[in-house]
Amino acid sequence: MDTKKLICICCPIGCELQVNKTENGVEVTGNKCPRGKKYALSEIEAPKRYVTSTVKIEGWMYPVISVKTKEPIPKENIFEVMNVLSDVTIKAPVHVGEIVVKNILNLGVDIIATRNTD
Amino acid sequence: MKSSYECVVIGGGPAGMAAAVAAKRNGVKDILIIEREKVLGGILNQCIHNGFGVHHFKEELTGPEYSSRMIDLVRAENIESLLDCMVLSVDTKDRTVHAISPEHGYLQIKAKAIVLAMGCRERTRGAIRIYGSRPSGVFTAGTAQRLMNIDGYMPGKKVVILGSGDIGLVMARRLTLEGAKVEMVVELMPYSNGLPRNTVECLYDYNIPLLLSHTVVQIHGKERVTGVTIAKVDENGRPIKETERFVDCDTLLLSVGLIPENEISRGAGVQLDPMTQGAIVGESYQTNVEGIFSCGNVLHVHDVVDFVTEESSVCGEGVARYIAKNLQNEITHKLTPGEGIRSIVPQTINLNNLNEKVKLYMRVKEISEKRAVVASIGDQIIAKKRDIKFLPAQTVTLELKKKDLLTAAGNEVVISVQ
Repeated sequence: MDTKKLICICCPIGCELQVNKTENGVEVTGNKCPRGKKYALSEIEAPKRYVTSTVKIEGWMYPVISVKTKEPIPKENIFEVMNVLSDVTIKAPVHVGEIVVKNILNLGVDIIATRNTD
Repeated sequence: MKSSYECVVIGGGPAGMAAAVAAKRNGVKDILIIEREKVLGGILNQCIHNGFGVHHFKEELTGPEYSSRMIDLVRAENIESLLDCMVLSVDTKDRTVHAISPEHGYLQIKAKAIVLAMGCRERTRGAIRIYGSRPSGVFTAGTAQRLMNIDGYMPGKKVVILGSGDIGLVMARRLTLEGAKVEMVVELMPYSNGLPRNTVECLYDYNIPLLLSHTVVQIHGKERVTGVTIAKVDENGRPIKETERFVDCDTLLLSVGLIPENEISRGAGVQLDPMTQGAIVGESYQTNVEGIFSCGNVLHVHDVVDFVTEESSVCGEGVARYIAKNLQNEITHKLTPGEGIRSIVPQTINLNNLNEKVKLYMRVKEISEKRAVVASIGDQIIAKKRDIKFLPAQTVTLELKKKDLLTAAGNEVVISVQ
């Protein structure tokens, strides 16, 4: 039996998860909610993370505004996404949820604004 | 803007906004939020990372998204706010707030009730007395966060972070993503002071070493930081000379704790708890000074904003009760930290002010496994909560039911880890 220990990152509680690979499949223990199980399975198969950052903005009181990937993206693409974002400039007004970069790097995930300019 | 309000809230962060919204929803007619920044939202606006709102909004939001939702609620309730305005003091005799702003000059605003929601401030280099020269490149983690996420500046390229508090961990990742090299996070304690998820997502993900039981003993550099000397510490937290080593860097971030910003509270005669460094409050978040309430990080440092919203809403309800003259002053029960408990908020209870229950927010003194937090009056246990693990960095909550408090003989509730 193959056992792996993980700390769940779905919420601030940080459950200590144990993932056991058995002949009957993968078993997750230590999670306090269903999201823990989902996280453990994806972390074993293909780890993903949300990326949160800023992009340049014109016509607002501050020079940058916060953005995020709408969904988690594969861990190995994080720095490529950051590279794209470093060249993006948008114009105010901007609202929470508005698309800043559509389908970034063809990952099937949009970059959206996380703050209102008004 | 008027010269008198039913309620003035000092601080427009998550605590002030939640208290104002709850007060309004419970019948307080006119409320003014005074905020020193040019926008509402407080510290959340610079916390652009994910993970807020899991409990309160049942989804995972970034800090600015969480604050946007709170701002929407404030607007929906037609609550007035006065921005870019600094409160100087609170006069308790006639319950007047003295404030100053570029737009309005010197202001005196009367209030029936005042909510203190000023948040907290970071401990600085001076507070922990690091030896060495005074070059540029030494920042508190929150200042670096503000520079990067709001003002668009890069604080440095080769970074050492002292302290594993959450802001320090989050900044380790943020700096790495923007192209800096974070050499290490150095932590005095033998355990990480941040939330487990931040240790994983911000350090392990980027292979940033976390050196436990270590500290920075000297800062080097004339104009700019050129490096720091770090050392291992013994069990009493004292640096061990033989373990000193030089680490090349141009920037040192300090994430060494937060201090509730209580100058105004002290000036108003509000009694503080030495453990939380915030006000001593009752179940409705009322302080010892009549008509003055306190909630959020100025009351005690929180790990999770959802708890801030929750407790500040109870505070807002308390304000409404007070304005309606339904809030009783006397204390029926006292909460005392027992074995293993560092602090409890609220510290006192008046049973008659409770609907059904009161929720307590506590911090434990040390890491323990498979224990329970137990509330008892005399020999009688009135509430208990088991957990796999208790960490000093995490808030432990416990609910006490009014009926249990009513039936138990005695008025001192002792909470302990057993």
